[in-house]
Order: sequence, then C-alpha cells, then structure tokens
Amino acid sequence: MSASSNNNNFSKGTDLAVILLYLFMVAIGIMCIFMVEYNPNLTWSNSFLTAKTNYSKQIYFAIFCAFVAIFILLVDSKLFTAFANISYVLGILLMIATFFLGKNINGSKSWIPIAGGFNLQPAELCKIFTALILAKFIAKPETDFTKLKSHIIAGIMIALPAVLSIMQHELGLALVYSAFIFAMYREGLPPVILVILLSFAILVIATLLLAPTTLAIILTALAGLFIANMIKRFKRNKKNILIVLAIWLISFGTVRFAVPYIFNNVFECYQSTRIYSMIGKEYDCSLNKKSASSITEKKSKKPDDYNVKQSKIAIGSGGFWGRGFLKGTQTRGRYVPAQHTDFIFTSLGEAFGFVGTFTFLALYLFFLFRLIRIAERQRSTFSRVYAYSVVGIFFFHIAVNICMSIGLFPVVGIPLPLISYGGSSLLTFTALLFILLRLDADRQMVLR
Amino acid sequence: MSMYNSNRGGIIQIIIGIIFVLITVQLISLQIFSSKYVLAANNNAIFRKIIYPDRGIIYDRKKRALLENTISYDLVVIPNEARGVDTATLCEILKIDKAEYNKRIVEVIIKNTRVKSGIFEAFLSAELYAQLTENLYRFPGFSLSERSIRSYPYNTAAHVLGYVAEVDVKFLKVHGEEGYEMGDYAGMTGLEKQYESILMGQRGVNRFLRDNKGKIQGPFEKGEFDTLAIAGRNLFTSMDVEVQQLAEKLLQHKIGSVVALNPKTGSVIAMASSPGYNPNLLTGNQRRKTIGRLLTDTARPIYNRAIKGQYPPGSTFKPLGALIALDEGLITPSFGYNCFGLYTSCGDPRKCEHHNAGHAANLQLALAYSCNSYFLQVFRMAIDNPKYRDAKKGYLKWKQYMNSFGLGRKLGIDLPSENRANIPDTAQYNKDFGGAKYWNSCYMLTLGIGQDRMTATPLQLANAMAFIANKGHYYIPHFIDSVEEEDEIDKKLLENFRVKQEVTKIPTEYFDVIKEGMHDVTVFGTAAFIKVPGHEFCAKTGTAQNPHGKNHSLFVCFAPKDNPKIAVAVIVENAGFGSTWAGPIAGLLMEKYLNDTLTKESKTKVDYLSNVDLMPESIKAWYVRNNKTEMLTPIEYNNDELADIWDMEMLAETTAIKVKVDTIKKLDTATPPVKPVAPPIKNKKTKENALNPTLKKKKANSIINNVSI
Repeated sequence: MSASSNNNNFSKGTDLAVILLYLFMVAIGIMCIFMVEYNPNLTWSNSFLTAKTNYSKQIYFAIFCAFVAIFILLVDSKLFTAFANISYVLGILLMIATFFLGKNINGSKSWIPIAGGFNLQPAELCKIFTALILAKFIAKPETDFTKLKSHIIAGIMIALPAVLSIMQHELGLALVYSAFIFAMYREGLPPVILVILLSFAILVIATLLLAPTTLAIILTALAGLFIANMIKRFKRNKKNILIVLAIWLISFGTVRFAVPYIFNNVFECYQSTRIYSMIGKEYDCSLNKKSASSITEKKSKKPDDYNVKQSKIAIGSGGFWGRGFLKGTQTRGRYVPAQHTDFIFTSLGEAFGFVGTFTFLALYLFFLFRLIRIAERQRSTFSRVYAYSVVGIFFFHIAVNICMSIGLFPVVGIPLPLISYGGSSLLTFTALLFILLRLDADRQMVLR
Repeated sequence: MSMYNSNRGGIIQIIIGIIFVLITVQLISLQIFSSKYVLAANNNAIFRKIIYPDRGIIYDRKKRALLENTISYDLVVIPNEARGVDTATLCEILKIDKAEYNKRIVEVIIKNTRVKSGIFEAFLSAELYAQLTENLYRFPGFSLSERSIRSYPYNTAAHVLGYVAEVDVKFLKVHGEEGYEMGDYAGMTGLEKQYESILMGQRGVNRFLRDNKGKIQGPFEKGEFDTLAIAGRNLFTSMDVEVQQLAEKLLQHKIGSVVALNPKTGSVIAMASSPGYNPNLLTGNQRRKTIGRLLTDTARPIYNRAIKGQYPPGSTFKPLGALIALDEGLITPSFGYNCFGLYTSCGDPRKCEHHNAGHAANLQLALAYSCNSYFLQVFRMAIDNPKYRDAKKGYLKWKQYMNSFGLGRKLGIDLPSENRANIPDTAQYNKDFGGAKYWNSCYMLTLGIGQDRMTATPLQLANAMAFIANKGHYYIPHFIDSVEEEDEIDKKLLENFRVKQEVTKIPTEYFDVIKEGMHDVTVFGTAAFIKVPGHEFCAKTGTAQNPHGKNHSLFVCFAPKDNPKIAVAVIVENAGFGSTWAGPIAGLLMEKYLNDTLTKESKTKVDYLSNVDLMPESIKAWYVRNNKTEMLTPIEYNNDELADIWDMEMLAETTAIKVKVDTIKKLDTATPPVKPVAPPIKNKKTKENALNPTLKKKKANSIINNVSI
C-alpha cells in the first residue's frame, strides 16, 4: 500500500516549479565554479574526467544529491516526524564527537573525516535536524506557542547546536540558527521580541559607531524625553516610568559591558576586526582574550578587508552588462580568495554584471516566495514550521552571503545555497528542500 | 491558531523583500554608478608590456648615419626558475663572488618579484656575451635579452647629437602626460632632446593577464587591445661628417669652438666644441664610467661652446659696425680716418696695431688692416648720430641693428639651451654710470671694436657671416633639413628654418664694399697668408681681449667670395692672434668642404695644428692638482673600448644559431659543442631603414621594459 501511494505522490503532489528552480540554481553554481577554475591552457574534458577540478567534483556531488533527493521523495513523510527527535539527538552527539574526532580545516574544527577523502560537517546536518525537532515540538498539541515557556524550550533547542558551532570556531554556522526566528515568529512569537532584538542590534551598531559618552548622553536624553512625555500624558504612571528606566539601564549595560564583552571574549580577534573594519574602524586585538593565546600579534595587524575589497572590485567591475563569460579579470587572475566557496557571487557579478546579479536575485526572491506559499498551504503545523525553517535558512544564507560579498556585512564563512562549491552544503540544502517538497506532497495529511 | 497568525507570512515576505531591495541598491551603486572598480580590476589584472621601437637615425648630407642603433644584451633572470644554477661558473664568468650573486638575486626579487624577469647584469661586453651564450644551459632561469642602444659610427658631433638616458623623477614630472614611465629612455641633450617626439617613434603596448601572484597568464583578450610599436622617423641634416671630424681634430688640445653654416639655407655643416668627448662613451655600460668624469672636468667637455660660449667678438665685429654707419648715411665707402696708431678723441688713448699712414684711407682699407681707430670713430658717429640728437637714442638704434644681425638674441637654432650672449641695453649703462645723462659715446667706445660688454656666441658670429655673404638676409641656423615622411606637424616645426630672414633694408652695394674689404683681408690684409686652394674668400680676423687671460683668437669668413657656400666662425680661447690659430683652422675647414679633399700641404698643416697644445695653464694645473693628468689627453677617438659595440652587431646575427646549439646541448650533452660558424656580415640596419619605408611599421626589435599602469 505504501509503495503505491508513494509512487503516486512522487509525481502528483511535488512542486515542479521549485524543482526546476533547484536544478537551474545548481547548474548556475556549477557554471560559476567552472568560471572560477577556468584555465585556457587545460582542456576541460580532460580535467572533467579526472575529477581533479572543483567543478567536476561539484557535478559528482550534484549527481549524488539527485539520488538523495529521489530517495527523500520516495520516503514516507511520516518518517520525518517519527525520526525528528532521534535525529536531533544524533546530530548533537555527532557535533560533540567532532571535538574528539574532528579534523582542522581552515581553522575550524568542525569536520569529521569519512572515507574517500571526504569530510562531513555535522553542524551543517544539524540545521535539518533542528528544523525537524522545532517543527515537531511546535506541532505537538500540548504546545502553546504563545507561552513564554514554549519560547524558551524552542530557544534552547536552537541554541544548543549554535553554541556547539561557536565552540568549533564556526561563527557563520552558529549565526544561521538565528534563521529559525522566522518560523517561531510565524507560530506566535510576540512581535515585541522582534522589536527588542532589532533595538538591540541597533544599539550594538551604535555602540561601535559612536563614542561611549555621546551614546550615553543620547540614551539618557531619549529616556528623559519619554518620561517627560509620559508625565504629561498619563499623569505619573509609575509603572511606565519604571519600565523606561529599566530599558535605559539595560541599554546602558549593553553599551558599557555587554558589547565590549562579546567583542573581547566571545568573538575571535579576526571576527572582531572584520566587524570593526566594516564600519571603517580598527579593532585592537590586544584586548581580545579569546584569541590572545592562539593568534599571534603579527597576524592581527594585517589588514583584514582584502577579501571584501577584491570582492567589491570583482562585482563592481562587472558594470551593467558584465565582462562576459570567462572574461572577468578578477576571476581569471584569482584575486578573490575563496571565490569558489564563500565568494562565488563575485564570479557571477563580474561576468554578467548588474543584469546577471539582478536576474539571479529575482530568481531567488521568487524561489523564497514560492517556498512561503508552500508553507502557507500546509494543513499540518509540522510541515508549516518546517517550511518556514527552510525559508529562514535559505534566506539567511543568501542575504548574509551576498551582503558580505558586496560589503554590507562582515565576512563570515557562509556558503551561497546551491551555488557555492562544497558537497556538505549542497547535500544539506538538497535534503532541506526535498524534505519540504516531500511534506508538501502530503499537504492534505496532518502530521505530528 | 495558525489562521490567527497567517498575516505573519506576509510580514516575513516584506522583510525578505526589504533585504533584497537593500542588496539591489548596493549592487546598483557598485555596478552601475562606480567606475572606479573597473579601473581597480584593470590595475590588478592587466599587465602592460611596453614595446620600445627603434629610435630614428640622424644622417649627414651624404646620407651617412651620424647616429644609429645597435643591439646590446642584458643577462636577465627569473628568480623562481633559477634553481640548480651552476653559480660557480656564472660567478667566474661575471667575475663576481657568491655573496654578490645572492645580493643581485635579492635585488631582482625586490624590484620585479620572483616570477618576473629582472636584469642581473646589463650591457654585456661582446666577450661576456659569447661566454654566456655557450654556457647558458647551465644557468636555468637565466636568459639574454636584447636591447637597442644608440651608437655613433663616426665618434663625432657629441654636443650636437646629444645623448639618451633613463628618465628621472624630475623628467617625469614635466613630461608625465606624454606617456613616459619609469625606466624609459629619452633624449636628454642636443638633437636627441630637441627632436625626441620624432625620434622616439610610437611605443607599442602589449597587454597581458596577470594573476594575484603577478604571474602572466596569457595575452589579454587575445591581443585585441595591443598596439604596434612604430619606429622613430629618421632625420636628415646638411652636416658633413668629414668636416665635422676635421673640426674636432683641429680643436684638439685647445679650448674653443667651430661653427660652419651653409649661408644659402642656414643649415649647419659642422659644429664643434672643444674639449669634447666621444659620444659612444655615453652609451651602454660606458656611460656609468664616463658621465661622472665628464661632469667634474674643469674644462667642461659637456658644455657646447658653439651655442653657449659667450665671447667678445673683437675685430670680427668691425664689418657689422661699418654696415650700420653706411646704412645710416654717416659714412660713405670712401670715408677715411687719419690714424697714427692711437685713437685719442676720447681722452684715454686707444691703441691701433698699425701706424703706417693711409692704412685707413677708406673703408675697404680700414677693414683689410683692421684699423681700430677707424672703427672706434665710426662707432661714435653712429651713437652720436645727428639724426637722433641724443646718444641714448643713437645707441638704441645701434642696438636695434645689432639685434637684427642676430646678435644679443637667441637665433632659434634647433638645439636646446642656446645662449643669447649680450648686446648691452641702455639700462645696463645707466646703471654702470649712474644715470642716463651721465654717459655718451665715449663711455662704451670699445663696443666699436667688439669689446666692452658685447659678447656673441660662435653660432651668432657664423650667422653674421652668412648674413653678409647673402648681402642682407639669412636663414635661421638649423641642423634638421627634413624629416622622413614629413607630416603637417613636422612642417610646422621646420617652417621657421625655411623662411628667408630679411631683417634690414641695407642696399646691396654697401655689402659689396664690405665684401671687398673682407676679401682684401685675405689678399693683403691681416689674413693674407691663409689660402683656400681654388677659391677666393672673405674673412675677418679677431683678437679679443678678455678678463680670463690671454687674448682669444677669432676668425670669421665665408667662401667662395662670389657664390658663398660656407660661412665659418672659429674661436680658440686664450690662443693669441686670430690669424695665427683660428684663421688656419677656418681655412682648412673651407678647403675640406669646398674641395672635398685636402692638399698634401694642408694635410701636414692639419697634423701640425691638431697637435699644438693651447690649453690654458690654469686648466692644466687643475688636472695636475686633481691627479687627473690622464685627462689632459683628450678622450681618444676610435679607441678599443668601442670595438665591443661593433662586435655586438656581428654577434646579433649569430645568436639564432647559438641558441639552437644550446638546445641541442641540453638534449645530448655527450656531443661536443658545435662552434658557431663565422658570422655573416650583416646589412647595416640603417641602410635598410633609409631605403625601405615599409620597414618602419614593423614591430621593432626593441628594449622591453616592464611597466604596469
């Protein structure tokens, strides 16, 4: 029975537009990697067959992912709810295991070597598991997601892999977990929390930009204004005044203690430097306690904006129409570091210009909106929460990756979904997406 | 519950939309509104290799190349590829030690990075070149690179031709917009500087793609934006190599200058300044050794006295003084002055060399005998001209004449930094004598015999002769008669030289009188013993007093008398009478030019004159003081050092063969090295260029310098 229904579902319910977009994006990704690696002196057929180049490897990854995708589509969708909890625990255990089995790649100890020279990054996979467990938790009939208690439980579920990622020196991956805010917001997280988080972000940026005393004066003045206004209107509502005072105190604490503490004790020296260099300031690495032992003085003094500078040059030099396929000098000359992974957007921007980048963005926007539409048409909460998690993860990756390429966000190692070179990343996004498509195919069912 | 929150999907969409709009805005600003990124990308990745064309060649009137190009070789190295070098052998050949080898490699790396080639040793001698080509297979990463250098086949006319040198920061500041870059060569003096734009040709640019380590990836856009190098164009002069060489030879061991002009065109036939130097010593690796020594020499061998030296013209001025008086109607050709050997009208008596009665009975005689009293009187008459009633106005009129004769102003010859010499202004005398009313013609009396504050360059004197020879007009003296493939810009450049300068309206009969007088000088006058076989000529001797020691010996002349083809001015500093030293030199030059050969007697005269040492004692003493007595003998011409340069041309032909031999050697070291066959004699490139204009547009073989924008 199950076999026949699966076969039916496979062709009936899956969203063809998303699959087409997926294939198109993967193809663009392979082309971009090809552009990065292109060398006119080598015959490409030869290098393709020997699988020595990244684009040929990526093609093999893609073929493998195709099998995984088909497999996922064939699986019964109840399986995902059933295995949500256990997979999450497994994922966390794997992440902990990395501390013992881990291999150091580019300064982050988050990889487990598996057979054939391939490495697995559990933190990547944990995104899927976290999405599943979050969906499972919220979908439980006894969960009332308007309650603070539920928020805290969900928060812990999300924070656990994030904290582990930070411990593995993978700040980028950890940040991705904040993408679950979309799903939580959709399910009833009060908007006040969003406002508070936004205010906090503004406060942090202001702390970096402004001199402490100036900021203190501004904060005090704002608080004073509010209180004065309240006294006029509500005739000395003590409670409100106290709230304003509390906010003022918290802000003050953030500016004076929390922000410096995060920059000096939570972030690595290079991370702090990158964030400071974004706003055109220099970060004094001798203040950083976390990397004081591991990173030497010399390294900290190197200008850290080389990547962003070259990346901006590559994208900017594309102009309106682009320099043409395989004609980008920044790409050909290998000026952009990590161009096939984190900075893959630059090869697109250089070769095809604004026309290319804009079309690409439009496609991705359409893709995300399509996913939101899919999310909204689910009958079961589980599927909807999962769908919003996928939307959040995709969106977060795209936004952060592109923003860092064009100098709007500090450099964090986050790949561009489906485009960047990398098997783990491609596999994760494929799995994320096709689980969603599988759930969507059964959208009339109520899954818990 | 889910329905309750369904509007939140829309809010999420709005948030996503806002972020995408933000990204798009930044993309618009990066990709559409900032042009700097394209520039930055090009600076990163496009590597411009400049192809230097051959410089133009300068020919004399018989199409002999005064200045041409030869090939020199540099030993260059790519540090990254220099592994397994047989350093011991290399050091032995170059006569350096291991430490020096390492130092040079480090220098190359600092200058040009590890992956680009840099010069290890520049301007190899022929011997070194031969040794290195034979052993090059032992030095991986090393190669020999060609570069074109200037050569002067006749070792002559150094001051006129000038030299090229690597441009410095100062030069770049001035000429930055003309596309010069660090490491370029440009004409620094002489014709090389004056005609730089024509001689340099047009540089070609090849663009290459370069990666982040500075390694070349291949041509940019398949060479679509590359430009070809266009060879510099040749220049044609009326100079005569043989006359020029003779002039330089005659001035050996003397300080002085010679200028010979063709009065019919204003073209310079010869221009020499002594002491001089062999121009080949300022090319290639000779330059380093020579330039310092030339710059510190007290006799200033680099200084071109022919256009910069200021000399009192002395008696050579007299014909001009007479012309002024004739034109102003103050005297007639029959005007006489009763001279007894002294001029006393102004109190303090002035000496005249002659005292026999009647030696100044008329203008012609006075010129022939060069009577001082006569011309002092004539000068006073010109200044106290009754027409103007005032000495100052008379003086100004006189000065106006002088300027129109080409004295006291720049003539505009096509050489840089010509001196205007000096015809004093009234202001100078006002200052000297404390005001305009305090002086009259007596105060600057000796101007009448070319002394006082009056000075002139040898070029100006020669030009004045051309003016008299032409009976009232001259052409601006110049070297370059025509440019190969002359275009509108060149025509404009040369147009001044082709216009007759009719500066005065003095009737020709007055010139006839002057000419007769100057002819008499050579028949029975002060230069009676100087002869030019087969030609009658006109001349004027001069013996100028000067504050720096013995009198300067001057001689101005033109020949033949009736159809002047050459006008000459000769000055020998501190030598004595004009007729003794400057005169014979001028005579020999005219003979050589007009007859194309010298008689036997003249040849012995040349030998004698060229060996006479007339260097002032003070200069000799300087050499002794500074332990530079070896510099007393002027720089030897045709010396052995130059042999290198000639050998180079021959070697260039055999390079191709040798390289092949080397590759064979690499493959099979067992076979004994094949000695290259005797070099075939190469057609002079210069001739090819002159005959075949199509060769001009070829990609010139060239010095290649690596410069990025």
